[in-house]
Amino acid sequence: MSDAQIECRDLWKIYGKRSDEAMKAVLAEGLSKEEVRDRFDCVLGVRNASFSVRKGEIFCIMGLSGSGKSTLVRHVNRLIEPTSGEIHVAGKRVDTMIESDLRQLRAETIGMVFQHMALWPHRTLGENVGFGLEVRGVPLADRRKAAETALEAMELRGWIDHYPDQLSGGMQQRVGLARALAADPEILLMDEPFSALDPLIRRQLQDQFLSLSEHMHKTTLFITHDLDEAIRMGDHIAIMNDGEIVQIGTPEEIVTNPVDDYVADFVKGISRVGLVRAETIMEPLDGRAPTPKQVRTDVELGEIIDAFMEDQSPVTVTNTEDVPVGLITITAALKALRG
Amino acid sequence: MDLWNIFDTEWVPVGVWVETALQWVVANFRFVFQAIKVPFDLVLTALEDGLTEAPDLLVLALIVLIAWQAGGRRLGIIAAACMTAIGLMGAWEESMTTLSIVLTCVVFCSLIGIPLGVLAAKRDRFWMVLQPVLDLMQTIPSFVYLVPIVMLFSIGNVSGVIVTFIYALPPVVRLTNLGIRQVRPDMVEAARAFGASNRQTLYKVELPLALPTIMAGVNQTIMMALSMVVVSSMISVTGLGQMVLRGIGRLDMGLATVGGLGIVFLAIVIDRVSQSFGQSARARNHQKWYETGPVGAVRALVRK
Repeated sequence: MSDAQIECRDLWKIYGKRSDEAMKAVLAEGLSKEEVRDRFDCVLGVRNASFSVRKGEIFCIMGLSGSGKSTLVRHVNRLIEPTSGEIHVAGKRVDTMIESDLRQLRAETIGMVFQHMALWPHRTLGENVGFGLEVRGVPLADRRKAAETALEAMELRGWIDHYPDQLSGGMQQRVGLARALAADPEILLMDEPFSALDPLIRRQLQDQFLSLSEHMHKTTLFITHDLDEAIRMGDHIAIMNDGEIVQIGTPEEIVTNPVDDYVADFVKGISRVGLVRAETIMEPLDGRAPTPKQVRTDVELGEIIDAFMEDQSPVTVTNTEDVPVGLITITAALKALRG
Repeated sequence: MDLWNIFDTEWVPVGVWVETALQWVVANFRFVFQAIKVPFDLVLTALEDGLTEAPDLLVLALIVLIAWQAGGRRLGIIAAACMTAIGLMGAWEESMTTLSIVLTCVVFCSLIGIPLGVLAAKRDRFWMVLQPVLDLMQTIPSFVYLVPIVMLFSIGNVSGVIVTFIYALPPVVRLTNLGIRQVRPDMVEAARAFGASNRQTLYKVELPLALPTIMAGVNQTIMMALSMVVVSSMISVTGLGQMVLRGIGRLDMGLATVGGLGIVFLAIVIDRVSQSFGQSARARNHQKWYETGPVGAVRALVRK
């Protein structure tokens, strides 16, 4: 895959003094998390994770706390050293990179946003946002200009000389985003950026980020424990459980076709109205005559239900050339809604 | 052999060993210790000469200005009152000597203690080795090492600084270690995530965030240095401590009281000023230090 900006292959992380031994034993015998803990006193953080993120997409990693999602994302800029496996970022191999190259990669190619903002309280917003440039030795005037631009993009014009504790939580996280964007990196790592915010602000920031992301086309790795958020934000979603990636797919694939009970459990409460498309639930025509009500294959469930409001006769699905390809009965639509 | 009173015999002659070892070190390595004295001597002499030879009122004004800058107008007034009281009691010269000894000690405790504390925070094993040494330095009665210090460094104010240094070093090391360890891990992680090297992380994030704790350690060090003033006067260190010691020796209560009051007033001033240095900018409403106090006032005047 040539357009993969981030690619991890067979990534393992085992914490503990005897991690190397444990790694060998796990590969040879396929030990479980508990067996690794009991035999080697090691903790299995990430288990054989492979995924790739295409340039410009938002890739969500979803999992409960302790599922290893934060650990996994820290491998991308090697804040955590992998025990085994390969990491490729923007065409460079990260897991074997030397220290100085790694620092350059972190400062120039990857921006990171943290769950608890992690803004430095002794620095002004300008100094916070310009930090990545400061450690690269960029002169003060240029740093300030970059910080100004980044803060303006996050609608924080005029706050550059204030300190983080003078801002509300939502504003602080916008500073966190501005800091990640200041060096104009190709890649954003977002570790539960909106989890600590109240729902209304979270929604606002999600929207703001989505619209920003639409014209900036940054490759984004987005961590969340909230499937709703993952579905709203993600082009692709990876679901993690106990250090393992259990399923990777588009939001629709995850919702309509959960791979196991664990994922199915998550998906249960998710509204399908804006997710399931006509294509997924239609039945083949099998010689039946098309009905006058027609929708395209990529129309969402909500619109299909609207079509049943007046009368309950089946709806015909047409492809882009207006050729009928299938039928949806009201029963099928209701079933899809119920999940 | 009398089993009943078996411990009446000295089986392990620790005292003799120490005596022999010390004699040997003094005979062969005295020059090393004389060399160690040199930097202490330089700083102490400079400070002492400066403080005692300058006009008294100039020094008083300087101390008041520093106090005002560090802790606001209130502290300026307190400092003025305390220092004037010392001056009026006739203990000015002595208090300047004591002040220079304490300051010299603080300079060296900080220069050596802060790096040690940082290293201890980064290396658990080093901290494990360092901890008992610090415990020893703090708990061993200072009388015990007064004699060896005199034998190695001879008597006088510089030896006084060294004795005080040994006693006062631990708090700054401990609190620097604590301060660095207490920095929120995600603050450090964020610095690394934006490409900072270890050194940059230390200077730009960890040390500034640990500064209030480190300054609390420096403050403790100063207080401990002051508490050594009387003890160190036994190896003929001059200053306020000597007034107290001489007063006790001659049963001259007046002299002892003047010396004691002088130490108290000096302690109040130094304690408050050094505490104010530790206050973070956040606690001062985000004003930079040069925007307040006398410097701020002068700047405001110049701007007009």
